[in-house]
Amino acid sequence: MLGKTAGGLFWMFRYLERSENTARLIEAGFRIALTRADGDDDEWTSVLQTAAVSHLYFQKHEQIDAAKAIDFMLRDMSNPSSVLSAIAAARMNARLVRTAITREVWEAVNDTYMILKRELARPVSARDLPEVLALIRQQSALVRGAMHGTMLRNDIFDFCRLGTFLERADNTARILDVKYYVLLPSISQIGSSLDNVQWETILRSVAGMRAYRWITQGETSPIGIADFLIFDTRMPRSLAFSAGKIATNLAYLEKAYGLRHPSHDQIDVISARLTHGTIDRVFEDGLHEFITDFLTDIARLGQQIETDYRFLG
Amino acid sequence: MTDTPRFFDEMHHGDGSPRPPYDTYCGWFGSEDLRDLRKKSTDAEQFFRRTGITFNVYGQAEADERLIPFDIVPRIISAREWARLTRGIEQRVRAINAFLHDIYHRQEILRAGRVPVDLIARNEAFLPQMIGMSPPGNVYTHIVGVDLVRTGEDEFYVLEDNARTPSGVSYMLENRETMLQMFPELFTRIKVQPVSDYPRDLRRSLAASAPPNCSSDCTVAVLTPGIHNSAYFEHAFLADQMGVELVEGHDIRITGGKVQMRTTQGYKPIDVLYRRVDDDFLDPLNFRPDSMLGVPGVMDVYRAGGITIANAPGTGIADDKAIYSYMPDIVEFYTGEKAILQNVPTWRCGDADSLAYVLDHLPELVVKEVHGSGGYGMLVGPAASKKELAAFRAKLTAKPGNYIAQPTLALSTVPILTKAGLAPRHVDLRPFVLVAPDKISITPGGLTRVAIKKGSLVVNSSQGGGTKDTWVLEE
Repeated sequence: MLGKTAGGLFWMFRYLERSENTARLIEAGFRIALTRADGDDDEWTSVLQTAAVSHLYFQKHEQIDAAKAIDFMLRDMSNPSSVLSAIAAARMNARLVRTAITREVWEAVNDTYMILKRELARPVSARDLPEVLALIRQQSALVRGAMHGTMLRNDIFDFCRLGTFLERADNTARILDVKYYVLLPSISQIGSSLDNVQWETILRSVAGMRAYRWITQGETSPIGIADFLIFDTRMPRSLAFSAGKIATNLAYLEKAYGLRHPSHDQIDVISARLTHGTIDRVFEDGLHEFITDFLTDIARLGQQIETDYRFLG
Repeated sequence: MTDTPRFFDEMHHGDGSPRPPYDTYCGWFGSEDLRDLRKKSTDAEQFFRRTGITFNVYGQAEADERLIPFDIVPRIISAREWARLTRGIEQRVRAINAFLHDIYHRQEILRAGRVPVDLIARNEAFLPQMIGMSPPGNVYTHIVGVDLVRTGEDEFYVLEDNARTPSGVSYMLENRETMLQMFPELFTRIKVQPVSDYPRDLRRSLAASAPPNCSSDCTVAVLTPGIHNSAYFEHAFLADQMGVELVEGHDIRITGGKVQMRTTQGYKPIDVLYRRVDDDFLDPLNFRPDSMLGVPGVMDVYRAGGITIANAPGTGIADDKAIYSYMPDIVEFYTGEKAILQNVPTWRCGDADSLAYVLDHLPELVVKEVHGSGGYGMLVGPAASKKELAAFRAKLTAKPGNYIAQPTLALSTVPILTKAGLAPRHVDLRPFVLVAPDKISITPGGLTRVAIKKGSLVVNSSQGGGTKDTWVLEE
């Protein structure tokens, strides 16, 4: 496979994952805004921070405003993480790697792009937002289904998966990074309404609300949430799960190519920390430091994969 | 040419009865509901959009992806008609390859005075880099698209020989795919020769022209200028269908005397490069130094026998519009036979007498730029306004050598489906020819281009033309 193609697949799936994550962030922000009476727009500040686009937002707008923030995250092409930007970038990469993906996957991505371009041609009113977000979720599922159902399990698939899980690991870690303070035992008081809101945001942002309740029989605790999102390998968006998938797919590549690269060593270190670590230890050493380190490691791993597999000339 | 604008319609005789190849189709069509068919037409467009069969239009502010209009009424050719066409095409393509070999070697045809020396020596399409160089298997034009037009029951003309990088074959394949999906019942009633072997044949044909020192398992790759090229879809489509890599200049470097592509496992040699990049841009070291699309040094590897480039550089000299008028002589010179397919009578405006005639008869003629393509910079006399004629007259007088003129042909028509039902529109045909060292094969059918605008004679997609599926019937 061409290095360029591997890079195109990797980024195509990063962008697909990103569009879904952005949609989920919007959903969380919107839901919180609906159910809380205090009516301030703090939630949108952290949504923008989590997506790492608040500086871009403030280049366009003076202050945080729910409608503007939603529009910025949903359909603003100057925001590279907006749903529409990410889908357009995913499709652009899909065109680039057209020879490596099946017709079904291409059509699913192309369809998604055409549908969302149409649906997002004008600002989406609060009234239509839930439907549009549901549509984005459905379309993501369609692409994923086409991929799982029709693509060969070879190096092509591995690069797709690497893109997906690097982006996902990065996203979950970012959510934790922006909200880590809510999870610190010293500040949070179990049961206080402020914290419930914050925890809920975190769980909703990763579609883990119901899963978490189910696992803990409804008991929420900050340390439990942190444990769930960092270490729980049953949770498909946790750091441990994502890192595990990255490790698996890198191992497949190692086996297929008969070549071990620096990225294999890097993921081993990241995985070991997640396999052997405990949440108590993380809190002892500092949650914030742990997450910052993880984000740095993941970014470095992404670059290493790019070098090892010659995405660029 | 007749005085009255009566055109040969391929579906119906003058009395409205169907011509034999369309017999079954017309019977079927008559029993269909027009509204259902109109709906199918919309479905087809949706299908094309989803599949991403689009092209980018040059010279438009928003270089957006556009669809080429597809018409659901097939163009049908009988086995007998096709047999005659293939003989003519094969003869012509054989002659073109012999001509190219000669022109880059002993130049017998020039010595014999059958083609003027000036026409070659001063032609930009002639590449001095190719002199004395013999491509593997002596194949110059691995892929040719011969543009044909029809003016009567047995009258076919070659309009153009596309011997550089003919495009459109993906439409031939996708049009058929679309028709099979939409009208399966038609294909059970009418036996149509399949076109779907083309990608496999293309790969085999390319591999057969690999350099002699290449291992049994030779590597073919498609070279594209990139995602913004108007034919990118086709490049990706062909690479995909052949199961080979689609590369760009920056995926390639030259090491150890081989052209190599950057893969996830290091550099891997390419034996046959099906390039969809023009000669000028192919190699910045040997041709245009500002080209970002090509592979620096590829020509040197080529000359050393390290790679096959398809089509060979310098084939443009054979499909040059100034050379075109000599094609009957060229065919005869190399095959010893009269050309089976006719040439359109052509005035070379570089000759003073011809220029005078052309200027006198401008409103009746079609004038083309010698080096132009895609219907750009072309004058269709009968359709031009006074202002356009005057402007073209000035251009012609300023640079007569740049132009050729031809009579306006009474192109045959095939109906398209409009809101009101069937309506005749002018068509042409581009069959695709594969040339291997020991074999010339022609896919039954090709790309039928159709002028969607009533009365228009310009079928180019860049000028709003559409396409039709082309059926060659089984015996």
